[in-house]
Amino acid sequence: MVTALSGRGGNPLGHRRNHSKGACFTGVFDANGAASRFSVAPMLATGHYAVVGRFAIAVGDPDALDLTGRVKSMAIRIVAPDGQEWRSGMNSSPVFVVSNPRDFYDLTLAQDVDPTTGKADPTAVKRFFTVHPQSASFAKWAQTADWTVSWADQDYNSLNAFRFVDAVGNSHIVRWSMKATIQPTPVSHDALAGMRPNFLERDLNNRLAQGPLTWHLIVTFAAPEDPSNDATKAWPSGRQEIDVGTLVVENAVAEADGPCRDLNYDPTILPAGIAVSDDPLLPARSAAYAKSFDLRTAEFADYPRTAPHAGDRR
Amino acid sequence: MTVYGNSFSLLQRALHWLMAIMVLAMLFIGVTMVSTLKPRFLTLIAIHKALGIAILVLALLRLGVRLRRGAPPLPSDLSPIQVVAAKLSHAVLYALVIALPLIGWGMLSAGGYPIVLFGSFHLRRILPQDDQVYAVLRTAHTFLAYLFFATILAHIAAALFHALIRRDRVFEAMTHSRRIAPAVEAAE
Repeated sequence: MVTALSGRGGNPLGHRRNHSKGACFTGVFDANGAASRFSVAPMLATGHYAVVGRFAIAVGDPDALDLTGRVKSMAIRIVAPDGQEWRSGMNSSPVFVVSNPRDFYDLTLAQDVDPTTGKADPTAVKRFFTVHPQSASFAKWAQTADWTVSWADQDYNSLNAFRFVDAVGNSHIVRWSMKATIQPTPVSHDALAGMRPNFLERDLNNRLAQGPLTWHLIVTFAAPEDPSNDATKAWPSGRQEIDVGTLVVENAVAEADGPCRDLNYDPTILPAGIAVSDDPLLPARSAAYAKSFDLRTAEFADYPRTAPHAGDRR
Repeated sequence: MTVYGNSFSLLQRALHWLMAIMVLAMLFIGVTMVSTLKPRFLTLIAIHKALGIAILVLALLRLGVRLRRGAPPLPSDLSPIQVVAAKLSHAVLYALVIALPLIGWGMLSAGGYPIVLFGSFHLRRILPQDDQVYAVLRTAHTFLAYLFFATILAHIAAALFHALIRRDRVFEAMTHSRRIAPAVEAAE
């Protein structure tokens, strides 16, 4: 899996094997306590909790152009005072492209660069979508969703379902989203080509120089008929939603030597009160992220860093 | 050092066989979990962490008992090379059964991971976050686990050699409580 992710062009040594290009941020999560009835997670009780996060684009090449980032992502680590952690990796698409690890592997292979031609087969991804009808709702989003020049105006969705576990041990199937508080400004994809390099990170730095950015963490509760094991399917609108708190992003930090670089945003790192669902993507994400983490930490000579070589890093 | 009869004490024997099961399960869980993307990955890794800490606690207890109670003397007709092999392999087994959980704990600490045992119960990090330290410990954890497995195989082979070929009652010291020969004072 991770070998396939690494083969999509560029040199990912020392970098994440997917969502390879990004920037770190720090901030706080202000929980309003509204979710406490549904989950005993300590960071859902009213309070302020430290966050180290990362914005990225879902590409395999850490030097990719920002305009190739169809899917943008936000990863967060929220730490409770007792040391429990909630890590989440969320994407800007409303659904995930596949429902199981096998299909994800096949889709990744379809994007891999052929070493003899130096290019990916342009028809391979099309063929994948032809034979995987469950990927159609993602494909429709990818073709029709507005492009923007910012990470700040995007909603980020957990995609996978999880379980909130309350004080008496009852489980509630949920998904969650970070909802932006800034209206997106659509631009044409052609206009992106005229932007300066790394426009996403520039935009983030510019906005944070003016003041913090906020998102609302919205938790959606499944109805009994909603699938918990298929991230390609959106749940119908009208489900119970609660606003459980506000993420305040205060500072951006370059990924080189930044606080998010050495964190594995494994979405199965959860506090008591939040648990995985039966979604088969979650264990696969955990296993693949761990492998990617093991690889890139062993490649520290190739790390994104500010100092020119290993000896200067500390 | 005083030796109480020709067998290990009941506590020593109980710890040995309990830990034998736990350690073997641990090694197989370890190699299985790093090669799967399936839902059992999460179950296996959760068991691996909790079982690893349980083994660490039992191993420290066992080391304490071993230092207090000692071990029955080896048969006097063993060759010097066999005596060295026996003592060295047991030292390696003790070292690894303590080092492997500690390295696992330290590795997760250096990797910035929370060390969750079950529910909200988690351990403190024993090392500061450092990805280079993580990388070294991660590799060491795998390498030493294979060394541990190889040493255990040698240990089993030697045990069977004593039980089936030499029939010198060394094996029975870990399986039987009764004194097979009159008690002796270990010559140390």
